[in-house]
Amino acid sequence: MTNNTLLDALQVQLGSKIITSEVLYDTLVIEISPSEAFGVIELLKNDATLSFNFLTLIGGVHYPEEKGRELCVVYHLHSWKNAIRLRIKCYLSQDNPGIKSLTPLFDGANWQERETFDFFGIQFEGHPNMTRILNMDEMDYHPMLKQYHLEDGTREDKDDRFFGR
Amino acid sequence: MMEQTDNLIKLSNGQVLSKETIDGDIATINFGPTHPATHGIFQNILTVDGEKILTSEQTVGYIHRAFEKLAERRPYNQITPITDRLNYCSSPINNLGWHMTVEKLLQVEVPKRVQYMRVIIMELARIADHLICDSIIGVDTGALTSFFYPFSEREKIYELYEEMCGARLTTNIGRIGGFDKDFTPVFHQKLKEFLSTFPKAFEEWNGMLERNRIFMDRTKGAGPISAERALAYGFTGPNLRAAGVDYDVRVMHPYSSYEDFDFTIPVGVNGDTYDRFMVRQEEIRQSLRIIHQAYNNLPEGPFHADIPEFFLPEKKDVYNNMEALIYHFKIVMGESDVPVGEVYHSVEGGNGELGYFLISDGGRAPYRLQFRRPCFIYYQAYPEMISGANISDAVITLSSINVIAGELDA
Repeated sequence: MTNNTLLDALQVQLGSKIITSEVLYDTLVIEISPSEAFGVIELLKNDATLSFNFLTLIGGVHYPEEKGRELCVVYHLHSWKNAIRLRIKCYLSQDNPGIKSLTPLFDGANWQERETFDFFGIQFEGHPNMTRILNMDEMDYHPMLKQYHLEDGTREDKDDRFFGR
Repeated sequence: MMEQTDNLIKLSNGQVLSKETIDGDIATINFGPTHPATHGIFQNILTVDGEKILTSEQTVGYIHRAFEKLAERRPYNQITPITDRLNYCSSPINNLGWHMTVEKLLQVEVPKRVQYMRVIIMELARIADHLICDSIIGVDTGALTSFFYPFSEREKIYELYEEMCGARLTTNIGRIGGFDKDFTPVFHQKLKEFLSTFPKAFEEWNGMLERNRIFMDRTKGAGPISAERALAYGFTGPNLRAAGVDYDVRVMHPYSSYEDFDFTIPVGVNGDTYDRFMVRQEEIRQSLRIIHQAYNNLPEGPFHADIPEFFLPEKKDVYNNMEALIYHFKIVMGESDVPVGEVYHSVEGGNGELGYFLISDGGRAPYRLQFRRPCFIYYQAYPEMISGANISDAVITLSSINVIAGELDA
């Protein structure tokens, strides 16, 4: 199966649920609305021909410039039957980022969603244990958000004016 | 950890037990974080009934070093040392996987010789990784000799790394586009020596464990997982193959010319500790086969791609050639332009599918880099695997699933 035939098959199955689609390098990327995500992934998993049986990765991305869609949840699905990957993106607003948890479909989603919550503050609704995982529980911010810089901004001994962009 | 009423005990995972079903006393013990048998910083809070494990709660993140955040500030070539510190038992696979990811973003085709050289290095790393993991299963079953025998062989692999990159554990091997140098005469000599002496030493060590009655009795049926559960938990690598699923990234999405080589994917049946051990042992033999094929058919040609914006020029050119000096400066200062784009690339790491999800906005550092760390994803199945087992089985299950703290905590 190629990315083009996959896209055709997805358009038959999902129709207008696909907001945008493009092929980036070797992978088909589709955007769907966060409220549809669970249903779409469930359908893709259980469909006999598409058979996206394996959840490869869940992660977050922060785009502070894009108002109303600052946070993005990226799912990588893998169909072993067709040896093809699919990337699904769901954009969320930073005000109240929530998306349905995939834990009923894939047990492996559990820690990946906790990690995404830990670092981006995205809430996964229906998750059995939506707590931090790698950082300490007392932490009061989500460190992968772009407003938190890697280095301490109060330091005066380093001057980055001449190098780096 | 638990609430007790008159006749019922409620465990932390929601399970309710009647007191009559309890044989001994219910106790809570800390397995880790710095227990000698955990081989890394892992904490498991076990609720045990005598020797039997009822529940287990994991704490991870003790050595979290914010790799993904760090990567957002570093030029692409400076991210390689970060990848060393993921699965540090097979750093070269992590390094070369990262180089391949960047090459995919840059759409660079590397010469065939580089691809074969990479295969040789990555399979050596896989052998080293599996040697450590399998010998530690031996230690945890009480056979310390089986730990020391393969270490002299692993040492030879480390000498090969050292010859190629100067380092042994955190290798930072290769460059974006290829290697910093071709295989040296010493490397050739040491590799030939390794290929001729290793099989005998390996089989001698393997003979100590493979059909050893004590070892088999201890490991068979310990920490089993079915293929369905393993798939649901996102298992990959030898642990998944031990459960009977023949998924291997090298075969499904061949990278670095793996399609040129003839090798088989060993699979287990029961998904228990013994099967995981056996799958790894067979993978070592298959890795040797791949190294033989790659080495005997090593193509002639350059040892790096022609990408002056990313591959450091030779030092003598830097001193005598204006262009080389400019490129040297641009690379060292991280000023080489990369295209805007996003790629996912994965390689078959020592313990599963190691993936890199890279988003580039064209800046000097990635906009976002996410590592698919195989053991972070499959370690969550551990409580299920050891539930109902004895504490000693929990120890060998933990060592046999090859969880590496550096990779787990990123």
